[in-house]
Amino acid sequence: MTASFLSMQDVAMPGSRSNRNSAFHRLLAVIRELLGNPSSGFGFIVISILLLTALVAPLIAPYDPNVINLGQTLQPPSATHWFGTDELGRDILSRIIYGTRISLTIITIVSVIVGPVGLVVGTTAGYFGGWYDTIMMRVTDIFLSFPSLILSLAFVAALGAGLENAIIAIGLTAWPPIARLARAETLTFRGADYISASRMQGASSLRIIVKSIMPMCLPSVLVRITLSMATVILTAAGLGFLGLGAQPPLPEWGAMIATGRRYMLDNWWLVAFPGGAILLVSLAFNLLGDGLRDALDPKQR
Amino acid sequence: MGNERLTAFTRQAGTILATLVGLLILTFCIGRLMPVDPVRAIVGEEADQATYEMVAERIGANLPLYQQFIRYMNDLLHGDFGISIRTGQPVINDILHVMPATIELATFAILFGAGFGIPLGILAAVRRNQPVDHVIRFLTLIGHSMPIFWTGMIGLIVFYAVLDLVGGGGRISDYYIGLVPETTGFLLIDTVVAGDWEVFWDAVNHLLLPASILGYSSMAYITRMTRSFMLDQLNQEYITTARVKGLSKGRTIWHHAFANIRVQLVTIVALAYGSLLEGAVLIETVFSWPGFGQYITNNMLIGDMNAVMTCVLLVGIIFIALNLLSDALYKIFDPRTR
Repeated sequence: MTASFLSMQDVAMPGSRSNRNSAFHRLLAVIRELLGNPSSGFGFIVISILLLTALVAPLIAPYDPNVINLGQTLQPPSATHWFGTDELGRDILSRIIYGTRISLTIITIVSVIVGPVGLVVGTTAGYFGGWYDTIMMRVTDIFLSFPSLILSLAFVAALGAGLENAIIAIGLTAWPPIARLARAETLTFRGADYISASRMQGASSLRIIVKSIMPMCLPSVLVRITLSMATVILTAAGLGFLGLGAQPPLPEWGAMIATGRRYMLDNWWLVAFPGGAILLVSLAFNLLGDGLRDALDPKQR
Repeated sequence: MGNERLTAFTRQAGTILATLVGLLILTFCIGRLMPVDPVRAIVGEEADQATYEMVAERIGANLPLYQQFIRYMNDLLHGDFGISIRTGQPVINDILHVMPATIELATFAILFGAGFGIPLGILAAVRRNQPVDHVIRFLTLIGHSMPIFWTGMIGLIVFYAVLDLVGGGGRISDYYIGLVPETTGFLLIDTVVAGDWEVFWDAVNHLLLPASILGYSSMAYITRMTRSFMLDQLNQEYITTARVKGLSKGRTIWHHAFANIRVQLVTIVALAYGSLLEGAVLIETVFSWPGFGQYITNNMLIGDMNAVMTCVLLVGIIFIALNLLSDALYKIFDPRTR
């Protein structure tokens, strides 16, 4: 009796040391697999470069991104200014390099909002079921019935333009798919023996959800968040472009394109390079997400 | 049996109703969150306290929130979507006025997207993991990943400023504006009705670039879905049976596999058509296209509350309707769901 119970605990406790160890090994295996495939390897490397650039931006940027130099306005790309200068003589390469910090901030905060919210809504809906589940899923459906850009536009219009509000708005629109996923996962675990076992031991619902269900949902939720990052990047850039996201003079890529728009017909570099950066990062997230899904879900192969 | 169907119908109707009420709550919240004082917007900055309170009384701004919400629902039920603060016109009239431009743009975009997307998706599935498949995958990935407003600008720089192949911003060149009487609001139809072919070709010239860039993003989605639907079919045994029986490859692909995914494709194209609204918001800004997308953005920028609420509501309803439509199409065309 005791022996069988212990072995059950081995499987059951997702937070136990042996599990954490194997999770780490799994992570390494996943990264190895990602790098083995050219396209997901490309995505992984581009995002690593993005992280690194954001970290050391002041060291590698050739100029101060905000210093106005009216003697050097609208210079085409050259040896001194690789990506040219904008209408105020600021170095575009330096601005793009500093812009990685803004992109990274957006990605991080959106993940921090979306992950927990989606996880809590999804797991509780799946675990409790009934009326609560119906209401929660209806709410999710309503949010899902909007294209993300239009809903975030509406939220930003309500909250006021600016980077912080844009991030909140994107977070508000990005949680429903996560909640759906977490709920579906929870439904498959709900009837499992280890859940019944901890319920019989007298664990509260809160404890079961936090300790036994959420850790099981975490891997697929992380993959889903990675996959949605491309959309987040594009939505943030779109908001910046429409003047509702990050405000000039912040070197946000979408906002840079918006200000460059007036001069673009004669000065293509004002819009071409920041847009190229957006394309590269969102492409990288798409490739990485696809690779992650393939690595974690053998059915797709 | 009849009873069962009735229950299913009631449940479906209940779901739709609940979703609609939820949508109204959402738009109402967005409207009330907006940093705009609806009374000030009507009376203006100089109005004295008495006028302010009179108007507040009349539009119900002093009532508790739930009563305001009931009022809002009541107005909507009577077809009253409010007056736009910016134009002074009923919002619904404004929207009806800008809608044709967007429908024209989106229709051409979806023709482009489906016209290229479906054949490419089939090709990719048939030549799975061959070079063609990789090229198509790359093309669709770019379509997924590109910021559409940026592609629009690059398109303008290359095809308008450098090559001078297409018209620039707007629906027609400035010197043609007002020449053709507006009967339907759809320029391509209006010019044909008026028999003015010069303006017709000018309008086509202006439509080509924004429509194909918008269409490219939906092509990416349609190609991807077509490929995966097609692969599902091609991996099934009846295809092998057909091939073993001696049917040609072309015949198995078109008469068997493709015939089975037609319904799925129709629903995907319908959903993609709706999603074009999102791209339209950005593309219309880039191309100064006087449509629904630009209308939304302009009103959000100046905080025109009634207009924003109605636009958001409308987009939500369009999407709910499209989802219902695609469910209905499934039921009508797919005998297995009957």
